Amino acid sequence: MSFYQTYQKYQNFDSEAFLSRLTNDDIKRALQARRLSSSQFLSLLSPKAEGFLENMAQRAHQTTLQHFGKTIQLYTPLYLSNYCENECVYCGFNCNNKIARKKLSLDELRKEAAFIASQGLRHILILTGGSRAHSPLSYIKDCLKVLREYFSSISIEIYALREEEYKELIDEGVDGLTLYQEVYDRAAYEQVHLKGPKTDYEFRLDAPERAARQKMRSVNIGVLLGLEPWRKEVFLLGLHARYLQDKFFDADIGISLPRLRPMGSDFQPACIVKDSHIVQIILALRIFLPRLGIALSTRESAQLRENLLGLGVTRMSAGSTTEVGGHTAQEKDSHLPQFEINDTRNVVEIKQWLLSKGYQPVLKDWMPV
Amino acid sequence: MSDFLEIAGQKIESRLLIGTGKFPQKGVIKEVLEVVGAAIVTVALRRVDKESADENILDYIPKSCILMPNTSGARDAAEAVRIARLAKAAGCGNWIKIEVIADNKYLLPDNIETLKATEILAKEDFIVLPYMNPDLMVAKRLVDAGAAAVMPLGSPIGSNRGVKTKELVRIMVDEIKVPVIVDAGIGSPSQAAQCMEMGCAAVLVNTAIAIAQDPVSMAKAFRKAVEAGRLAYRAGLGPVSDKANASSPLTGFLRDEKK
Repeated sequence: MSFYQTYQKYQNFDSEAFLSRLTNDDIKRALQARRLSSSQFLSLLSPKAEGFLENMAQRAHQTTLQHFGKTIQLYTPLYLSNYCENECVYCGFNCNNKIARKKLSLDELRKEAAFIASQGLRHILILTGGSRAHSPLSYIKDCLKVLREYFSSISIEIYALREEEYKELIDEGVDGLTLYQEVYDRAAYEQVHLKGPKTDYEFRLDAPERAARQKMRSVNIGVLLGLEPWRKEVFLLGLHARYLQDKFFDADIGISLPRLRPMGSDFQPACIVKDSHIVQIILALRIFLPRLGIALSTRESAQLRENLLGLGVTRMSAGSTTEVGGHTAQEKDSHLPQFEINDTRNVVEIKQWLLSKGYQPVLKDWMPV
Repeated sequence: MSDFLEIAGQKIESRLLIGTGKFPQKGVIKEVLEVVGAAIVTVALRRVDKESADENILDYIPKSCILMPNTSGARDAAEAVRIARLAKAAGCGNWIKIEVIADNKYLLPDNIETLKATEILAKEDFIVLPYMNPDLMVAKRLVDAGAAAVMPLGSPIGSNRGVKTKELVRIMVDEIKVPVIVDAGIGSPSQAAQCMEMGCAAVLVNTAIAIAQDPVSMAKAFRKAVEAGRLAYRAGLGPVSDKANASSPLTGFLRDEKK
């Protein structure tokens, strides 16, 4: 049993037809349900539900306060390498892109780590492009040895691994996995992932489950908004999160909602996801899964991040750069980023802003035990 | 007459214990603790960062309070034990609230693993306060294992639903010889008072104070409610009835005999 079976069940489901039949009463019933069914969750993602955003916001706000209090966990991404064997048409690291490729040496990594840690952050998310050749597991492990000196929680966002490899990294101090399916619709997936190991849809889909089975503490999944009509994609993301929550009671399941950002090529999103849609998505997910971790990255503007505070978000990145070595680089734009950052405030500014809004920035929320 | 909360031989002034996980600012925690007085305060070790210049939560806890680190994040007994030892090594004292939660959906405690951790830590001279589902037999075993108090939940963490486990907690109050402290689910001062009227030794509150619009005033309200409930318990509450009672409707005929 894997989430793939759930996906297959809904693969040919005509969500458009379902959404178009919904009435105001359906939305009201969903909003009053103590525990939402899958179809009630989908109904909150409908165009009809757009007329109920304030009601949804009230419930989502209360639910978030109860479960998470007035806190936001902060983390920052650290890019180890941008070598990549995949051809993903939407990504700046695409193997066909003629960009300067770089992989951090352990000395360079130490410099980046020391800089980030000096800002008080204790949670780090390390990323590599999808290249086992350039950033093999042995390299990741060497990096972990350095990072353990500076951080109390280390998450990885790298190519999908086999189950025993997740175990190896957990034993080396990794406690979180971030891995986005990017797009759940299999046909659409195959259209944007043209070459490389990432073309294996099912291997990627089951990766979060493999990690959770090895007791990965937190597991973060996501869709890249803009690749496919978002309502059905977010519906599948919510079902995937619930599947993982149900199956791995002890794992902390979270989601991210990256929206396609400019990344230095002429790739255009297939669908537009407006700010109001992002709001609706976060509210629906919060109401459907009260304990779900919801991350909002610096891809989004400072203004939108401010308006979304309290509506369901539990984690935010701060002081981000999507360049290899970008935290300590003397001149910016020396390498092409994976995508452009929107909220460019540094960690100190983000902390002050959260405090001024009545939210406690949480810089440390785990340690190796 | 003095009426202290006594745990492991220590006399504690306040019967309102404070949790710290959900406050909007660490500075608010300090103000709340000052209002509550000399109390036990629990802090998740996972959140403690002693190396941080401005973010070390321990700097916000007045010296008059008893620091009780908790093992939040532990998924089994082994992790709880390791976190407790880390806390002691970090200079957080020997009080420990055991929290073993392998359920990220409802955050309900695992009594079996909690018992295992208590058995180990009580032998290592920790003052152990286990957070638990209200279960009399488990509570008895926890006491046998050396728990200094037991902390049954009133309702799920953060739910503000009050003491939904009242009948079970009441039995624990009757039967358990160490303090019974209701932890989790208390959403309002009246609910806290209700716990105290039932004879609970203390209550632990976080969410209801932390997310109130004015946490400091809410802490004051809780303090008064806990004091009132305790006083009522000690004063001896009258029995509760659904209707007005005549003096002796069933045995009034005996009055004639006395003549």
